[in-house]
Amino acid sequence: MHTPKHDNQFIIDDGVPQAVDVTAVNRRADRNLYATRQKIYPKLVHGSFRRIKWGLLFATLGIYYMIPWVRWERGPGMPTQAVLLDMEHERFFLFGLEIWPQEFYFVTGLLVLAALSLYLVTALAGRVWCGYFCPQTVWTDLMVAVERFWQGDRSERIRLDKEPWGARKLYKKSMTHASWLLIAMATGGAFVFYFADAPTLAGQLLTGTAPEPAYIFIAILTFTTYLLGGIAREQVCIYMCPWPRIQGAMIDKDSFLVSYRDGRGEPRGPMQKHAAVQTNGDCIDCKACIAVCPMGIDIRDGAQMECIQCALCIDACNDIMAKINRPRNLIGYATIAGLAAELNGQTSPPRLARPRTMLYAGLIAVVGLIMLAALQARSTLELNVLADRNPLFVRLKDGGIRNGYTLRISNKTQATKVFQIKLENLDGAHLALEPQENATTPSITVPPDAVSDVRAFVSMPPSALKIFNTDAHPFQLVVEDPAGGTESRRGASFRMPKP
Amino acid sequence: MTHDNNIDRVTGVATTGHVWDGDLKELNKPLPRWWLYTFYATIVWGIGYCIAYPAWPTLTSYTTGVLGYNQRTAVTNDIAEGKADQEKYLTAIGETPLDEISKHADLANFARAGGAAVFGTNCSGCHGRAGQGAKGYPNLLDDDWLWGGTLADIQATIVGGIRSGHPEARDFAMPRFGLDQILTPAEIGDAAEYVLTLSGKSTDAAAAKRGAEIFAAQCAACHGESGTGNQAMGAPNLTDPIWLYGGEKANVAETITTGRGGVMPSWDGRLDPATIKMLAVYVHGLGGGQ
Repeated sequence: MHTPKHDNQFIIDDGVPQAVDVTAVNRRADRNLYATRQKIYPKLVHGSFRRIKWGLLFATLGIYYMIPWVRWERGPGMPTQAVLLDMEHERFFLFGLEIWPQEFYFVTGLLVLAALSLYLVTALAGRVWCGYFCPQTVWTDLMVAVERFWQGDRSERIRLDKEPWGARKLYKKSMTHASWLLIAMATGGAFVFYFADAPTLAGQLLTGTAPEPAYIFIAILTFTTYLLGGIAREQVCIYMCPWPRIQGAMIDKDSFLVSYRDGRGEPRGPMQKHAAVQTNGDCIDCKACIAVCPMGIDIRDGAQMECIQCALCIDACNDIMAKINRPRNLIGYATIAGLAAELNGQTSPPRLARPRTMLYAGLIAVVGLIMLAALQARSTLELNVLADRNPLFVRLKDGGIRNGYTLRISNKTQATKVFQIKLENLDGAHLALEPQENATTPSITVPPDAVSDVRAFVSMPPSALKIFNTDAHPFQLVVEDPAGGTESRRGASFRMPKP
Repeated sequence: MTHDNNIDRVTGVATTGHVWDGDLKELNKPLPRWWLYTFYATIVWGIGYCIAYPAWPTLTSYTTGVLGYNQRTAVTNDIAEGKADQEKYLTAIGETPLDEISKHADLANFARAGGAAVFGTNCSGCHGRAGQGAKGYPNLLDDDWLWGGTLADIQATIVGGIRSGHPEARDFAMPRFGLDQILTPAEIGDAAEYVLTLSGKSTDAAAAKRGAEIFAAQCAACHGESGTGNQAMGAPNLTDPIWLYGGEKANVAETITTGRGGVMPSWDGRLDPATIKMLAVYVHGLGGGQ
């Protein structure tokens, strides 16, 4: 009997079912929704960029740790710390500048300047911030150096990780983590000094009498520094940080980026020492660039989001190029336009001044000038006037009209000041303050670095009222320092019944 | 079909294997595994939170959590802390003579702020939110006082109240000249006309002249011969432009007819002495204090 052959029927050969040539497109092994992290063992490299990075590491960490200890004389009763973010008294001290909460735009301006500088630098030379200055990079660099100190360089660390646990491994690992924790604690410890007088707080921390938030913040920063710098490292840049995704918008074909000159390097292959004709490029595929990369990438794949452009692969490759007697900078800083020109045997001069960089530089100049002007115009005396609205005016028994105002006077100097208060453009009016300090000249004493409120009663006798033909007369309230000559004025309105 | 079909040719990234419209594939970009563990950690944290803090409603109550935290208790504690902080000021104000409070800047600030709060709760119902008063309820902002505008006067008024029945109450009332038929309506009209002359608002000289005699006989005893009032009896000054019950002739005539005797409660016992002092300092500082 003949059985019709169906597609789904298995091929049977000699009574044995034969395998079908098929692969499960949705195999469990191919369905990995989660990637396990592959540990990276960055190899130590020597070279000019590594030296620059060591220098910047010491400089930036030095600034971070030392700034709170820099002193700045401000007068009696004032903090002597050069940089102090005094949350309790709502003052930011930046060397000679003291910022009040309502002047937070100075901080905003600084942040705008920082952002614009970041754009400019990125447009000129790629991710300079990521590669050299970002705290994540700097601390990771430090943590890797510590790891290298205890566990040796790349190959030794790989070997150690493969070893079964023993006394030697336990010692090396625990010393590494203990050192990381110490660095992390020092990081958190330095952070809190920005928020309180450093010597005082240091003494309190040593005697265990510091305020509770100090310990909490040290604990938080110890944890985050240990976790992000010691453990997570490149995971932070790749998965947590938004900047790698944004910076692409600032880079163009004229930005200097860490680049592999594939035109020169390819086809990669072993050195052909004895061959008459060289068929391979300069890249001998030694993988030194990969071994030193803290991000675990291959720069020869081209520009990629994971590359923080720390330039260590440049050092590694130049080292090899020198050994095989080839020109430097097979991997080097180059622009996309420059690389394209090189392929055609031409050179493309760097274009540093282009619309994008001019715009960023121009914006930096504009914001900087605005900040300077604002700083110059910053007054140490400030008057604010709040007019009574309920009721707008009060009828007095002599038939006069009185208006009430709350004056808020800010004394931004470091001395107690007696300010005189005057009326301008309000003839015949009488000014009285509550509380009254001096009956003849209305004045108020404001403590140093403080704000004082005073009630001001402006009354107009019936005789003076007659000259007005309005229900609101504009005038000026003036507060002045009779000793120093500074003054501040505010417009106000004197309200009265409709004529 | 080979395994390579699962790799996207452009990106080199594995796809999920699903194909839509013949060529649309979804790239499989695996999430880092620690991210998954972080997610699990938040779930564990959430469970721990539910155990530690009040979380789930039950039919009649809710799960209270093992830490025993309770927002109502927290508020109560905060209020108690605040009250404890105020205590030293209140004690100092209680011990400081009333007219010396203004000499201590921190006490004066505390008294003004505390007085404003107490005023808003207890006094603004009649005297208005800012003390501006209303018809029949005196304006406390101006410089015209029925019973005196010194600190001591204001304090005494708050303690005893006005016609409140308290032993120290300010207790004089204006007679009902019309209702009790002491004066005829015509005489009342004339007297009202005369009262208006005191503040320069009269229009009928003849009536005012007749009213002058009535005023001298009936009103001058309390309001004074010149009509400037007498604070000891709460008799208002009739020569100024400030009128508690209105300054038109009809208002004045109504006042003479029905008499006036507004009532203010005594705050003795309802507010403690230190609070009454703060209130006096606040009202005194509203602009009219003497």
